Amino acid sequence: MIDLGILGEIAIAAMLVLGGGFALVGSWGLVRLPSLMERLHGPTKATTLGLGGILIGSMLFFQLEQGTWTVHELLISLFLFITAPIAANLVAKVHIHALRARHTPTVPGPAGAPPPPPSGADWATHEAPHPGTPASTSEN
Amino acid sequence: MIGYAVTFAFACLALALGLNLWRLLKGPEVGDRVLALDTMVINSIAIIVLIGVATTNNTYFEAALLLAMVGFVGTVAYCKFMLRGDIIE
Repeated sequence: MIDLGILGEIAIAAMLVLGGGFALVGSWGLVRLPSLMERLHGPTKATTLGLGGILIGSMLFFQLEQGTWTVHELLISLFLFITAPIAANLVAKVHIHALRARHTPTVPGPAGAPPPPPSGADWATHEAPHPGTPASTSEN
Repeated sequence: MIGYAVTFAFACLALALGLNLWRLLKGPEVGDRVLALDTMVINSIAIIVLIGVATTNNTYFEAALLLAMVGFVGTVAYCKFMLRGDIIE
């Protein structure tokens, strides 16, 4: 077992503290922000960053403590950094469709309502597929 | 020093899970609840990784990786169900 050394210990502790702090900030944003479109920002950015920090801290810890190079953490963080935007996009899409279906205007928060799409166009998620574009990949 | 940092991160994540639970129970829309559940899964992954650091044991990473995949699939399934009323078409 390699002795950690004060620098490695400081780096690991800083990564863990940063990760925990960012995760807490993300969840606080989820509680504090006024509307769903604004609440999306907390978990998708801050919490993902916090988990990334904790994973880097864990990777450094096992590298310096046991001398074993583990790639699990990189796998987890890679997978999470890929999937978090997709999940957020899906939640936003569901929200837009639910607003349209209920015909109730959303209560704008401090950031205000998002600007409408230019030149009378509609949001892309409401549009019919363009001619020549397959509606789904299973149909061709 | 690492012990204190691990304790601090555990406290932060426990508090974050409590806040997520509050949003999950209160959330005025279904999208809020799905988002809160997704965040809870991510925070649980962080707690599992932290348990691995606290016990100097790297057998927990498979659980974390599995939870990352299953959590994403669950979120997508919820959203798909709310969009189309069906998961597999």
